[in-house]
Amino acid sequence: MRGAIGVAFAALMVAGCATTGTGSKDDGTRVRIAEDPFPSTYQRYSGAPTLITGVTILDGEGGRIDNGQVYFADGKIQAVGQTVAAPAGAQVIDGTGKYVTPGVIDIHSHLGDYPSPGVAAHDDGNEATAPARPEVWAEHSVWPQDSGFSRALANGGITALQILPGSANLFGGRSVVLKNVPARTVQGMKMPGAPYGLKMACGENPKRVYGEKGGPATRMGNIAVTRQTWINARAYKRKWDEYEKNGGDPPDQDLAMDTLKGVLEGKILVQNHCYRADEMAQMIDLSKEAGYKISAFHHAVESYKIADLLRANGICAAMWADWYGFKMEAYDAIPENIAFVDRAGACAIVHSDDPNGIQRLNQEAAKAMAAGRRAGIPISEEHAWTWLGMNPAKALGIFDRVGSLKSGKDADVVLWNGNPFSTYTRPERVWIDGALMYDANNPKLRPVSDFELGQPGEGDVK
Amino acid sequence: MADTVVISGGTVALGDGSAPIPNGQVVITDGRVVAAGDIRMKLPAGTRVIDATGKWVTPGIVAGFSRLGLVDVDAVDQTNDTSSDGPFSAALDVATAINPNAAPVAINRAEGITRAVVAPSAGKSIFAGQGALIDTAADADPVTRARLFQYVELGEQGAGQAGGSRTAAHVLLRNALREAQQVAGGGGSSRADSGRSAGGAGSDPVIANPNESRSYEARRNQDVLLTRFDALALVPVVRGRQILAVHVERAADLRQVIALKREFPALRLVIVGADEGWTVASELAAANIPVIASALSDLPAQFENLAATQSNIGRMRAAGVRVAIGTVNDDESRMAFRARYYAGNLVGLTRVPRASGLSWGEALKAITSAPAEVLGLTDIGSLTPGKRGDVVIWNGDPLDNMSAAEMVMIDGVEQPLVTRQTRLRDRYRDLERGALPEAYRH
Repeated sequence: MRGAIGVAFAALMVAGCATTGTGSKDDGTRVRIAEDPFPSTYQRYSGAPTLITGVTILDGEGGRIDNGQVYFADGKIQAVGQTVAAPAGAQVIDGTGKYVTPGVIDIHSHLGDYPSPGVAAHDDGNEATAPARPEVWAEHSVWPQDSGFSRALANGGITALQILPGSANLFGGRSVVLKNVPARTVQGMKMPGAPYGLKMACGENPKRVYGEKGGPATRMGNIAVTRQTWINARAYKRKWDEYEKNGGDPPDQDLAMDTLKGVLEGKILVQNHCYRADEMAQMIDLSKEAGYKISAFHHAVESYKIADLLRANGICAAMWADWYGFKMEAYDAIPENIAFVDRAGACAIVHSDDPNGIQRLNQEAAKAMAAGRRAGIPISEEHAWTWLGMNPAKALGIFDRVGSLKSGKDADVVLWNGNPFSTYTRPERVWIDGALMYDANNPKLRPVSDFELGQPGEGDVK
Repeated sequence: MADTVVISGGTVALGDGSAPIPNGQVVITDGRVVAAGDIRMKLPAGTRVIDATGKWVTPGIVAGFSRLGLVDVDAVDQTNDTSSDGPFSAALDVATAINPNAAPVAINRAEGITRAVVAPSAGKSIFAGQGALIDTAADADPVTRARLFQYVELGEQGAGQAGGSRTAAHVLLRNALREAQQVAGGGGSSRADSGRSAGGAGSDPVIANPNESRSYEARRNQDVLLTRFDALALVPVVRGRQILAVHVERAADLRQVIALKREFPALRLVIVGADEGWTVASELAAANIPVIASALSDLPAQFENLAATQSNIGRMRAAGVRVAIGTVNDDESRMAFRARYYAGNLVGLTRVPRASGLSWGEALKAITSAPAEVLGLTDIGSLTPGKRGDVVIWNGDPLDNMSAAEMVMIDGVEQPLVTRQTRLRDRYRDLERGALPEAYRH
């Protein structure tokens, strides 16, 4: 195994040789680390220019238009307003009584890495062989045939999602952001230009998994290993920086350290599994020492206790609406968590971490909004949708492209058959980059994965 | 009318499958429902009247399948009494472990769950033991009905427990039932299960509670696989006096369960799970075997539920199967309160072309009177006269997840809705630094 990786390293080193012209002493033979060796091959599918009229618009960044219009064409949102200009040839959809939102973004999913069926042969989410494995990439485990993708599309209006490695490790590896389109390869789903993430974890899971495998076995052990790993990463980065600047013998490439170097350079965003308030505070201090920024805490069930700290440090919290009590670090979860974080001015996100929850993320947002309102916090529907739109997009570094209905953005759009905060509402149509990928009224517009072909229930409404 | 409470003016849903009734009334006396619906009763002076104008009133939600009260924190073994690796199986009795002070009990109570079907989960054997019906009241007496059913795993999980195949699980099941028959037919004293003996006193050696230390000697073969406790515990099952709840998902497994009835006609079967139930719905209906199903299971999560669909319950119901919603394989130790969202989702399905859902009344029934009926419970689950006074007042449509319970009554007693969660909420409602640390905010 080790040998095989060594060979891969060598191959990559050769492949990575390229001229870039940066650095005064670079004579064109300078070794470069390939930053995108598995490039996206995603191409948008074709879509008709579409105008939706008479619809309630929640724009995903806090705006609302009643009886409004949305026009999209060529894969992009063209116009959103009370009335908009659209060419005569555009397909017109009467949205009266319905809602339009940007496509739902789930910042925390393991679809493909823990696919259905959940047999051991598919158990590809945790490289639980050492506490720090930042060299693994979630995309290399993603099985595009996971039926969960289509369920998330059809029932949840999910158009983009981050696939993360699991939380067994302190450093779980790189995440990948996908557009929720059926594809033969993961490259065909990768959202072009979306930054990578680094999955980190604190707390019970690494402690439990490695407690009997040589450690770390405690929270203090978790922090020690994490700090030491960053110390090593900074040294690695210094070596490469020195080489970039002055040439000489190239440093040995280390895939694990490449990922951490990418974090230290701000190119890779840290997505940190962490539940408890005190532990999140530890991780914030640790990140400052190491020299990186935490993009979002995930799960974050005690965010409400430190919402001020999250705001002050510009860190998002990705949370469940009502999960609680399944383990000790989830014991203090409260339904008002999301609303309290939001009220404090911090960036609140609703996430699923679950192949069932991802099908109803809109309903999870509704629960959180309702809990907040009952606690006396006035939260509008249009504001609550930022938890599914703008905020996850920001935490993923893709808000310039998705997460709200603004002209020029990707036409990832959901037409709901009613108020999407109602339990009774479902997506009626879902577009990704302007292409109609799901239509409740058209049985042919419902993906059937290879795995489902020829199986009981194939092509059913699900 | 002594000890009478009248809830007046709300939208009243009876839980029997009927549509909600605007501006209705519910009358509870001495812990029982006296009347409910579009009624107006003459009330003696001094009767407590609760104004529910603008609100909804329903029977308490019945968790159709849960492990509520057996767990405080799932991952903390010491708080988790759902299963055992010890020597016993069928004799295990959840009633002995229910903790009414477990945080999930209060949290589910505050969400309108007033009763819960509680099942053990299987340890080393396909037999998990005996499940109960509990209430969620804030008192010291949680068990409404102990030893309501025996719970057995067939299907994938049972196959694993039996040694790696479904064939082994079926032989184990048959062997166990025959051992139980043998024990039942053996000699010994007659402590008949009180008042329900079919064979008459003297011929029935079954004791009401096999966990009581009153076991007796029975003649048995040499190759017995069950402990005496376990064999005794299965006697009520083979005699049809205790429900046998069987967890299976796959169509082929469902058919095998249906076939059991031909082999053991006395069995009172209930199927738990049945993700592929819609594919054999007419057979289930013809066999008159009721089902407790997860509402929204729609992924081929395992090979045994490849045909899973959210239309499962709607289709089974349409075929005449008696179906209740339970949180099967779904955070069942804590999240029973999600049943009402699931029911609401089934209503939403009626608006999706080609999908099958439930009407609003049927959806409420699926989480109130249906679980009761499926398990042969006659005194809970609806607001019809004579039922226990389990009532919830909601601030809106109870099947919509934006709504919340505002008042919960169990056996006519108003319940506290304070939980650890509400206490934490109130403690951290603001983060301003006070004169004393947060630990002094009560």
